[in-house]
Amino acid sequence: MTCTEFIALLDDLMDDRVSAALRAELEEHLRGCEHCVVTLNTTRKTIEIYRSHELYELPNDLRSRLHKAILAKCKKC
Amino acid sequence: MPDIQTQGTEEVHPDVLLVNRAREGDVQAFEKLVKQYDRQVFRIAQHITQNREDAEDVVQDSFLKAYEKLDQFQGNSKFYTWLVRIAVNEALMRLRKRRTGRMVSIDEDVETEEGSMPRDLADWGPDPEQQYSQSELAEILRKTIQGLPPGFRVVFVLRDVEGLSTEETAETLGLSVPAVKSRLLRARLQLRERLSRYFRKDKRNGGAK
Ligand SMILES: [Zn+2]
Repeated sequence: MTCTEFIALLDDLMDDRVSAALRAELEEHLRGCEHCVVTLNTTRKTIEIYRSHELYELPNDLRSRLHKAILAKCKKC
Repeated sequence: MPDIQTQGTEEVHPDVLLVNRAREGDVQAFEKLVKQYDRQVFRIAQHITQNREDAEDVVQDSFLKAYEKLDQFQGNSKFYTWLVRIAVNEALMRLRKRRTGRMVSIDEDVETEEGSMPRDLADWGPDPEQQYSQSELAEILRKTIQGLPPGFRVVFVLRDVEGLSTEETAETLGLSVPAVKSRLLRARLQLRERLSRYFRKDKRNGGAK
């Protein structure tokens, strides 16, 4: 397996959507390829960082303002 | 009036029960749905429009539109994905308005080879985000994801940040599953590549393990 082939399957590997046979091939590639190990680990980390950090917090005052505006209009419907 | 579906059918999603009550004019039931999903809608809207005012409008308009269209909601899909679809469309509309003249499309595949093969192969430190304060880190993450083409960004946000499945993301965006998969891969790789600038180990030590 080449690096290009490995990268093409990266998402399936991370999302656990590969057959046992394919997984074995991918793991075989990883044993011999440090670059792909780094790519896999840092891509996983990328997702994890984005998942665990709130980038756009909705402040409470804005939140209640929005609620009021939405519900006022709903009641008119 | 008692709700027929509350009896006997335990598999019914609680959202569906709230939707049914809201349809009958129970505004409080709808308020519960608003409270449950307003943060997500705001986040998605911010990611797409990259504009605070627009994001606020998107939250308001999306919930109002959802309320008006409650009758069209089919109980076989999740209320959340249905709502997200409305919000994504509202957000894209706003984005287009702001960027008149510039094509904003999520239907077209973006012509870019960037990120199809990783170039920065340096490993990251064990806790790369610890090198930065929370506010610095948030700024880095925002700046980095803002650099993605909108069609990649929205796929990454729905799939990886909001946790929709690939199929739900495809349905929400009106894309095919293979299109979502190809964009997701490239979005992930591009983000990884860009974050490497901030998170890579400072020195290249030959004996990396
Ligand atoms: Zn490789």
